[in-house]
Parts: sequence; C-alpha cells; structure tokens
Amino acid sequence: MSSFWSIWISVLTLGTLVGCYLLLRWCLNDYTGVKEGESMGHSFDGIEELNNPVPKWWSTFFVLTIVWGFGYLLLYPGLGNWQGLLGWKSSNQGILNIAESKAQTIQSKADGMLIQYDREIASADAKYGPIFEAYAARSIEDLATDTKALKVGQRLFLQNCSQCHGSDARGTTGFPNLADKDWLYGGSPEAIKHSIMNGRNANGMMAWQGALGGEQGVKDVAAYVISLSGREVDPVAAEAGKAKFALCAACHGAEGQGSLAMGIPLGAPNLTDNTWLYGGSQRAVEESIRNGRAGVMPAWSHILGAEKVHVISAYVYSLSQD
Amino acid sequence: MTTTLEHSSYNYKVVRQFTVMTVIWGIVGTLVGVLIAAQLIWPVLNFDTPWLTYSRLRPLHTNAVIFGFGTSALFASSYYVVQRTCRTALYGGKLVAFTFWGWQAVIVLAAITLPLGYTSSKEYAELEWPIDILLAVVWVSYAIVFFGTIIKRKMSHIYVANWFFGGFIITVAVLHIGNSMVIPISMTKSYSLYSGAIDAMMQWWYGHNAVGFLLTAGFLGMMYYFVPKQAERPVYSYRLSIVHFWALISLYIWAGPHHLHYTALPDWVQSVGMVMSMVLFLPSWGGMINGIMTLSGAWHKLRHDPILRFLIVSLSFYGMSTFEGPMMAIKSVNALSHYTDWTIGHVHSGALGWVAMISIGAMYHLIPVLFNQGRMYSIKLINVHFWLHTVGIVLYIVAMWISGVMQGLMWRAVNADGTLTYSFVESLTASYPFYFIRFVGGLLVVAGFLLMAYNMFKTMYAQDNSLKPIEVA
Repeated sequence: MSSFWSIWISVLTLGTLVGCYLLLRWCLNDYTGVKEGESMGHSFDGIEELNNPVPKWWSTFFVLTIVWGFGYLLLYPGLGNWQGLLGWKSSNQGILNIAESKAQTIQSKADGMLIQYDREIASADAKYGPIFEAYAARSIEDLATDTKALKVGQRLFLQNCSQCHGSDARGTTGFPNLADKDWLYGGSPEAIKHSIMNGRNANGMMAWQGALGGEQGVKDVAAYVISLSGREVDPVAAEAGKAKFALCAACHGAEGQGSLAMGIPLGAPNLTDNTWLYGGSQRAVEESIRNGRAGVMPAWSHILGAEKVHVISAYVYSLSQD
Repeated sequence: MTTTLEHSSYNYKVVRQFTVMTVIWGIVGTLVGVLIAAQLIWPVLNFDTPWLTYSRLRPLHTNAVIFGFGTSALFASSYYVVQRTCRTALYGGKLVAFTFWGWQAVIVLAAITLPLGYTSSKEYAELEWPIDILLAVVWVSYAIVFFGTIIKRKMSHIYVANWFFGGFIITVAVLHIGNSMVIPISMTKSYSLYSGAIDAMMQWWYGHNAVGFLLTAGFLGMMYYFVPKQAERPVYSYRLSIVHFWALISLYIWAGPHHLHYTALPDWVQSVGMVMSMVLFLPSWGGMINGIMTLSGAWHKLRHDPILRFLIVSLSFYGMSTFEGPMMAIKSVNALSHYTDWTIGHVHSGALGWVAMISIGAMYHLIPVLFNQGRMYSIKLINVHFWLHTVGIVLYIVAMWISGVMQGLMWRAVNADGTLTYSFVESLTASYPFYFIRFVGGLLVVAGFLLMAYNMFKTMYAQDNSLKPIEVA
C-alpha cells in the first residue's frame, strides 16, 4: 500500500489505543468535585449515580491489554506497511497460483521468513515425506495388494476425491464411478495415475442441437443412442437417428463403442453398455446431445505431489480388481 | 421528581406497541430457531418444501430475533427511558408512529421474502434492496425522534443510558447503509458494490458491529435504566460509565476482521482486528461491573424478585460472552474455534443470555407500568420463566461448546502418515447428540416465551390497578 495509507492506518490504530489510555488516566483522577462514594447530585427518573472510583484491578488489566496491544503491533504486521519484528506472515498472500506458492515457500525458507503456512507445509513434508517416498518406489500393482498402503490411499481419497466421486467412489451424475470396470480414459495403473496427475478435460462433447437440425434431430439421435444398449425405443425415431449418428461416430465410434475401444483417450463414453455418466433417461440423453457436456477433472500433481497421487492411484486401481 | 402531569403527557402508546411486539417476535424467532435446530437432527422436517428448508429459515430466525425481538425491545425501552430521564414527551409527532409501523413492515417483509428465497446472501443483512431502503428510512426517523427528544429535554445532563442508545442508533445507521450499498438489477435482486476480500471485510465490519452496537451498546442502555430502577439503587460509578462507554464505542468498530482470520484478508487487518478485540475486553466488562455493583447493598432482593434475577443473570452471561469473545478473536484460538459450533454457542450465550434476559427483565418491569398495574399478573410465572430460560441456555451453550471443540479437534487430527483422521461426515455424526441437547434447550426457551405472552396478556386485560404490588416483609 502507499505510504499515505500506511501512515493513515498507523495513526488511527495507535491513536485509538493511546486515546483509550488517556481516557482511563483521566477517569482515574477524581475531577468531579463530589466526595468519593457520594451521589453526583442529579436524579434521572429517580436514578442517581455515585462517584465511586474505577476498580483498581479493572484499570490495571485495561492498561495491561493496551501495553500488550502495542507489543503485538511491534512484533506482528498490523501498522500499515510495518512487517513486524518477527517477520511473521500467515501465508504468502499475494500469490496467484500453486506454482507461485511453491516457489514462494522455497524462497521464504531461504530468507528465513516466518511464514506460518510455509512452515507448516515444510514440517509436514519433512515428517511424512519419507513414508510416501517409500510407497512411490513400489509399483501401483504391488501397492494395491498392501492393505496398509490401501488404507493410506483411501484416506487421501476421502479427503481429496470423495467430494465429487463419493465416499464409496461410486460417483454420481457427472462424476464417474471408479469402482466398476467401465473407464473413460483407461483403467490401467498408468492411465489412472495419468488422469489424477494431469486431470482430464472432457470438453469434446459439444452442443449438437443446431448441427442435428433442431429439436427433432436431438430426439431421434437420443432414441438411437438409447437403443444401442438394447432398450426399447420408437423404431422410427431410432432409424432417423441412426442416419444422423455419423456425426457422433467421429468420437464415439461407428458402433457407439466409445473412444477408448478405438484406442484413443478422448473420453467419449461407450454408448452401448447402459452405463450413463449424465443419466440414461430419454430426457437426460437428449439434454446431453442438445447442450453438450463439459466435465472437468482437475490436475492434482501440483496440489498433492506425485508420491501421494501414486498411493491414491493404487487405491482407485484396487477398487476395480476382484 | 417527575409529576403525574408529565407522565400523562409521555407517549406510552408506541412503547406499549413495541413491548407487545417484542414478545410476539420473541416467540416467532425462537420457534423458527427450534425448528431449524430440529432439522439439523431430522432433515425430513423440511418436508421437501423449498420455503421450509434450513437455508431459508435460518436467515428468518436471525432476522426475527435480532430485528424483530431484540430491536423492538430496544425501541420500546429507548422510547420509554428517553422520555422519563429527559422529562419530556417524544419529539416527532407522526414520525413516532411511523417508526413502529415502518419497522413492523420491515420484519413482515423479511418473514415473507426470506422463505421465498430472496436474499442478498450477506449474513444478518439478507434483505433485498427495497426493504433495505425502507429500513434505512425508518432508522433515520428513529434517530430524529430520539435525538429530537434529547434536544428538548428538561434536564441539564443526559443520562448514561441515553449515551448508549444514541451511540447505537447512529452507528447502526452508518453500518446498515455502508454494508447495504448494492447495484440493483431488478426489484428482487442486487449485487454488492464491493467485491472479494473488501466485500467480506465490509460484511464483517457490519456483522460484528451489529453485535457490538445493536446487541451490546443498545442493551447496555437498557441495563443502565432497568437495573438501578428495579434494584432501587444508585448506579455504582459515574466515572466508570464514562470510561467504559467511550472506550467501548471507539474499540468495537475495529473488531470485525477477527471473523476473517486466516483468510484472504491481508494480515495487517487481521492483526489490528485481533488487537482491538483484546483491548475491548475490559471496556466491555465495565458495563457488567457497573451493573452488578449497583446491586451492592441490595443482594437480598434477588431472593424474591425474579425480574431482578433476569437482569443480574443477564449481566453474568454478558460478562462471560465478552470474555469468551476476545479469547476467540486470538488467531491461534480462532484456528480451532472457527467454523465450528463453538461460534454458535458463543453467539447464543450473548443472544439468549445477555440480550434476551435483559430484555425479558426490562419488559416484565415495563408491562405493569404501561398498562396501569402494580405488578405482573403472576410473579410465580416469571419465576418459572426464569428457570426455563436459564436451564435452556445452559443446555444450549454447553452442548455447543462440547460439539464445537470436538469438531475443531476432529478436523485437525492427523494419522501417522499425515492424512486426516476423520472425514467431515464423521465429525457431523459425532455432533448429533449435542444437536439434540441444543434442541431441548431451545424448546425450554420457547416454552418460557409462551408463558411470558400469557402473563403479559393477562396483565394487559386485567382491570386497571387491580394487580397490587406484593409487599415483602
């Protein structure tokens, strides 16, 4: 902040504290001209006020808190640009992303600054880092048979992943079930770890209403898509939809078997297995076609680090192993 | 000494109106509170109805108790006290009646719009902009009536109760107008003029001072009249009242940032908020000391006067809450208490213990005076109310303390591998028994309010002067 605002803040803050002290000093003296313990001489609706002194313990504690306040503002940031003698900060408040945060953490450690967040992260890394390094040295398949490692992975999953994928990892509308054998980007240990590390951005499902010639086209294609998993639909609509499905085949494959079946990690779901990420009702399928879908799986490499992702990958992998 | 002539010229009509509405809104507000407390245990109680969901009823609860119950009590007592201690009738003519009907309109509009889902989403300031404007107009009228009365007073001095009432009236106007600055996009929707951390700071500058000025300074004004009056004792220390008044109002306004510790709010603001909150501790206690010491030489009155008991116990809760508050404002304590039920417990020890008890005591003192009686219809029922209310609060606060500290500890517990020991849902499950105890406490409070309403209407409709004061041997 500019030095004007810095001075403004300091003057108001210190002025308030000094003002409180002076006020107290003034009231400790008896300026009233009335004998101590006697009435001030006015009566308000029968209520009188006595000229008793301010209790000693009270005024002592009051002064102590003011002194403490000055001490705190000397040691910690508070008075505008004054950083405080301790060099304490709660965190690096100016940072805009995780990469900056990591860089700042290293920098402030080198500078010997007392950044509370950085210190806590550093001490946690020092304490728990070796545990995860040891796990990272083993293969995901190996970890998936280690009950202790799986418990660690499960806890990390519950804290970081369950908000979307559910406590049982069975997902919900828009968030894939991770406990079945149906995969959008592959269920191998490597593919799972890749999904968690780098995230997935399924923005390929566009809104198709215009390209399909309006609402009727949407309804027809929806009927055909639903028929692919063996459900009964209006045969006329499905036939009409089949003709338009060529547009969809580019990603979902000619038979609607999904991109993964074609060996391409596009994330275009298999439409023939009656597993539905966004719901399988006529209405939900129409909605998916009409307006498209844009699911995003965030990248966790910067947040959790490769070692922890490795352990979570083992847990997720284990869920679909019998 | 005031004369009968002066009494008959005082405007007691508006005081009567606000007094009755205090009790009515007290019942409504606490009843909604109990319903949402029950919903936290049995979610099915929202009956799958949008306007009965917790998210819409919770702001209705807070608005009904703060602005319906608490503020009606402040209107009633400030209008009564300012007339009697200035020895003059209320200034403002028709403006006085406007403040009553205008204020009730604000609360009725709140009771309609909040369940319908219209909200600015600012805590304790949820009302949308047209109602905010009405509220501001009513409040400015209130200021004109109050200060107009002060100006035409027939006493040379201004009594301490009126300093507190005056301070609270001015500051609430500034807070409400400052925080409610919005850009309307329709009659029912608007967006805050502030953004990001500044919006959060404005919100808690308002939010904490709604507590500091409305719920503290205002009720201290009430205390300074009704405690000495009911105890029939002089105020303990004039000098203490001066130092604690000025220190309290100059420090409170800084305390808001302690609601935003360890957030995106700059560190310097957090520090200043924390320091001022700590220094505020003793000035807050000044009011308690002055109130309780006023009773010296009259402690025996507590034995048979349940009204005095309400007033004095309210000061004990006030002292407890104003000690707890500065402690919770310390960053490292706040790191444990923030976002837990501890905060809810703290608020209710202030709201049910301090604000409600001082108001209830003041209303029991006022009702017989306003309706030409020597005493309330039943002193025994006041006593029953006292115990229901006290036990209700204790159940409520203790339950929230335990569940709050438990939640804080569960959220920070880690395993040997650094992972969290508990998921959020586990801490919620562990809180259920305490939610139930809180619900029972709330039921007792509502039961007390219902008794109060019965007692009030019995007093109101009794024949004039038929209820004679009971002489104590």
